[in-house]
Amino acid sequence: MAWMPEFLVFALLGGLGIALIAAPLGVFMVWQRQSYFGATLAHSALLGVSLGLFWNIDLSFSVIAFSLLIAVGIHQLGRKTQLSSDTLLGILAHSSLALGLVLLSLQNNVQIDIMSYLFGDILSITPTDLLLIGAVGLITLLFYLKHWRDLLNITLNKELAQVEGIDVKRIQLQYVLLLALMIALSMKIVGVLLVTSLLIIPAAAARRLATTPQTMLFFSLVLGIVSVIGGLGASFVWDIPTGPAIVLVATLIFLVLLNKKAPN
Amino acid sequence: MSLLLKADQIYHSFAQTEVLHNITLQIHAGEIVTLIGPNGAGKSTLLKILLKLIEPTSGSVNQKAGLKIGYMPQKIHIDPTLPMTVEYFLDLGQPRPQNRLFFSAHHTIETHSVVEELNIGHLLKQPIQNVSGGEMQRILLARALLRDPQLLVLDEPVQGVDLQGQTELYHYINELRHRRQLGILMVSHDLHIVMKNTDQVLCLNQHLCCSGTPQSVSQTPEFIAIFGQGAEELAIYEHHHNEHTCEVTHGHHNHLHTP
Repeated sequence: MAWMPEFLVFALLGGLGIALIAAPLGVFMVWQRQSYFGATLAHSALLGVSLGLFWNIDLSFSVIAFSLLIAVGIHQLGRKTQLSSDTLLGILAHSSLALGLVLLSLQNNVQIDIMSYLFGDILSITPTDLLLIGAVGLITLLFYLKHWRDLLNITLNKELAQVEGIDVKRIQLQYVLLLALMIALSMKIVGVLLVTSLLIIPAAAARRLATTPQTMLFFSLVLGIVSVIGGLGASFVWDIPTGPAIVLVATLIFLVLLNKKAPN
Repeated sequence: MSLLLKADQIYHSFAQTEVLHNITLQIHAGEIVTLIGPNGAGKSTLLKILLKLIEPTSGSVNQKAGLKIGYMPQKIHIDPTLPMTVEYFLDLGQPRPQNRLFFSAHHTIETHSVVEELNIGHLLKQPIQNVSGGEMQRILLARALLRDPQLLVLDEPVQGVDLQGQTELYHYINELRHRRQLGILMVSHDLHIVMKNTDQVLCLNQHLCCSGTPQSVSQTPEFIAIFGQGAEELAIYEHHHNEHTCEVTHGHHNHLHTP
């Protein structure tokens, strides 16, 4: 790939890595109707950036740590309160986004481009980011090899799954933690406001092509990869922002497939 | 008869409100226990406690070591975005096959006697979201039975099943417990068909209001007070009379009484 500028190689590798991680997480997000949960996690990730700047610690680290913390928090809270999870998530998503923005604006001495966190800045991907994406990809792969059937059973009916001997709480928590990691890592690529689309649009489009859960996962992987490559290409050729370009390509695929009837 | 499950002095409260008061019960192999009670009587809560899905506020549940439970939930909602055939759904209920990540055409399901007995063979290749309510109940029962359980727990098993189908389904369940020596715990609010083959009926209204054989229970004033019209219908074919059962099995006096 010597003909490509280095930043583009990094961007491509990072984008493809994220697309591969997003597919298995995304299909379950669609099947379980949890897209709002992902959006909340993503919004609150911005607070991780603000806090990282505030305490002057490494941003990648603070975003990851804070996302994990929020994920566990929402996971626990959702089980205890009377508020519908929809309302709860709505409050959390926007209050944490607001707090993140306020905290950022208070730090006069730091020059920071807020747009790059909201919509991604794919040029800022470093080899360290790629390493992290690789590591999370590996963990995701191992998790799915072990728990694919368990996750499907949990999706069907949690109580039935538990009676049948699946450790529902543990597996759900692990799923949520993986989701938080994925969101933290994809912030540079599509930004906090667009992360969820990377999870759900390829999965929703793949539904039109699939007759089994695993073919839906497969097509979701393929469509995610196509979206990343298409989005990067469009961004390079027409000089448009990469994150939104990727999301638009995915949406275009979704719209085209919408006209096709689902196999069942 | 071997003891499968035993619950001792179960009490349960949700935020100050007591929903279960001093429940003690046992289920043996080859026995059908039916739990009946009005809405809000705590039937579902008790079931969840017996299945160890939730911890009771106090009291203990003991399951026989290594007890295999087949559970049929009351309702199951499967999102239309999940592409899945009935066969795939049944396969997922099986213990995880060794060295096999995904489902692959699985002959043991297609040829399993349960599939034929419940008459769901023609549904196997259909999307699970397309089957009717009555078919879904049979599929859920099949999934529970394919695990070869010792205890079958059925939550309102005939919901959405037509009258003819109800009789058949209960007949099948009754036959199973003899053939497989299954212990069966059933929750129901439709009384008259259930009653015939049940060994023990427990009327639940926060506490165990009455318990005993269907014959004895259907005559107790507490039963009639709670179930009213349905109970009278039931009494037509229950001739045995023992009105002291309820007084013996419960010690509390906050029953519902019709005027």
